[in-house]
Amino acid sequence: MWILGQVDSKSVDAMVASANDAANQMAASQDSAAWASATINLSYLVASVLFLMGIKGLTHPRTAVKGNILSAIGMAIAMAATFGLEDVNWAVVIGGLVVGAVIGTVAAVRVKMTGMPEMVGLFNGFGGAASVFVAWVELLKINPHAGDFLQSSIASGAAGLIGGVTLMGSLMACGKLMELKIFWSPWRVPGQNGVMVTAILVSLGICGWIVAAPEQAALSYTLLVVLSLVLGILVVGPIGGADMPVVIAFLNSLSGLAAAATGFVISNTVLIIAGSLVGASGLILTHIMCVAMNRTWGNVFFSGIDASKATSSDDIYTGKVKSTTADEIAMMLDTASRVVIVPGYGMAVAQAQHAVRDLYLLLEEHGVNVEFAIHPVAGRMPGHMNVLLAEVDIPYDKLLEPDQINPQFEQIDVAIVLGANDVVNPDARRADSPIAGMPIIDVDKARVVIVVKRSLSPGYAKIPNPLFAADNTMMFFADGKKAVMDIVAAIKEQ
Amino acid sequence: MITAHALPVLLVAAAETESMGIIALLTIFVLAMYLGKEIITKVPPTLHTPLMSGSNAISGITIVGAILAAHADAPAWSSTLAFLAIVTANINVFGGYLVTHRMLSMFKKKG
Repeated sequence: MWILGQVDSKSVDAMVASANDAANQMAASQDSAAWASATINLSYLVASVLFLMGIKGLTHPRTAVKGNILSAIGMAIAMAATFGLEDVNWAVVIGGLVVGAVIGTVAAVRVKMTGMPEMVGLFNGFGGAASVFVAWVELLKINPHAGDFLQSSIASGAAGLIGGVTLMGSLMACGKLMELKIFWSPWRVPGQNGVMVTAILVSLGICGWIVAAPEQAALSYTLLVVLSLVLGILVVGPIGGADMPVVIAFLNSLSGLAAAATGFVISNTVLIIAGSLVGASGLILTHIMCVAMNRTWGNVFFSGIDASKATSSDDIYTGKVKSTTADEIAMMLDTASRVVIVPGYGMAVAQAQHAVRDLYLLLEEHGVNVEFAIHPVAGRMPGHMNVLLAEVDIPYDKLLEPDQINPQFEQIDVAIVLGANDVVNPDARRADSPIAGMPIIDVDKARVVIVVKRSLSPGYAKIPNPLFAADNTMMFFADGKKAVMDIVAAIKEQ
Repeated sequence: MITAHALPVLLVAAAETESMGIIALLTIFVLAMYLGKEIITKVPPTLHTPLMSGSNAISGITIVGAILAAHADAPAWSSTLAFLAIVTANINVFGGYLVTHRMLSMFKKKG
């Protein structure tokens, strides 16, 4: 007994010792796992703060470049941290990163500034697509008995739905921006609004199905993605030219919200924070665009502008429109001391921004103060005109918002409207006009208004513009780029 | 010894994503939206296009989810989806930051 006991106690000692070792090892590995996890999550926190600082930098052109770099560093940190979180399939990861980096870099280097709306539109779609794919993978390996099953399955449905709408809606929008015929003109299916509401309700139903029957998720999720792609077509289909800035901003927001939903799928804080920042940004821009057109969200997405209330163009134009020549314009500019140029989408289409720079430099050289008045919805995306003018080195302090320039128009000698139409239509001040209440640029209050335009055709609102027939307005019928080059040549000849 | 153990535990409790409840995540979501709204409202119209392309880049954050989706023992179909997710997200990251940089470098003040 005693001997046995001795042996026993020895073996117990040995067992205790080895158990201790094992426990220590476990504690050590738990320790290091805990440290690793904490480090990764702290890295995500740092990345989130850098994203915020990046956007903060964009509040002034002086700090913007630095802000963008901070944001990019944040992204690099978030990516690097993620590699420590799980054993990844390096072939897939490196392959995907290289392909994506090459495509992204080539696109960024080659895109023309006039093509920015298309590029941003396409990138919105890629954001949506990435969310669709990630939620798909997560749903395939989801465990219905896990504690967070409800959260991740609902979030997967949301990510798939929002992502799918964003992807297809963006491709549609991009097709419209590239002026591909089949996409361009606004179209509706019969009973458009009813079909859309039904599609939304059915897709919410499918989300419920995903949660209720997780074993069928492969089927239900596929159906959800297909339906969301159809929904994307339905949402963007009816939207035309002037409303493109609203749609691009809205899809921008959706791409962020899809990323945030994906964050809820995998309970990842940096996805939620970054996604909601983008979501907020897009929603704000959408709102600004709607205010700039005095329209509601519902009005943009569910109905167009009703042009039937507009006065007939014959009544307005007949016998009142005066046309002018480059030489005449050169003479007027010669005696002017303050000139305001109002660019619109026509300047982008005609690629006239370089010619505009020449005119700007020439006039400034002659001691004329030249400024640019930019309406928020001029062009095809928020800030489109500003980028084109920055490209040709027009200082940003020369680019004014309507609120800044409107009170000064009585002191403006010559206002040159270049490819803009609805945003300078004085009819917006009349209560019975289809565009009543839309904030406009008050060019009609300038001493002389020169409108560079190819014809008297209406703008996107499809209504005539009484500005063209005003006493102080002269029309210069020509292509935007050629017109400005002719004016520059005429000034030089004087 | 205790503090050496407690620090990671504390950090984990504070930041461990898996243990984070839905309420905590929703709180983060709402606060981030609000913070985003406060900052972004101050971005001047002249920088709205770079704001959008910069947002494209930030929405490329899905790359984190995409990398996690490409785990080593995933079946072929999942790996294919993960690959597509990494490609699309990284297009946004590279394309977004580079084109934003290109644009922002053009904005100059007079003189």
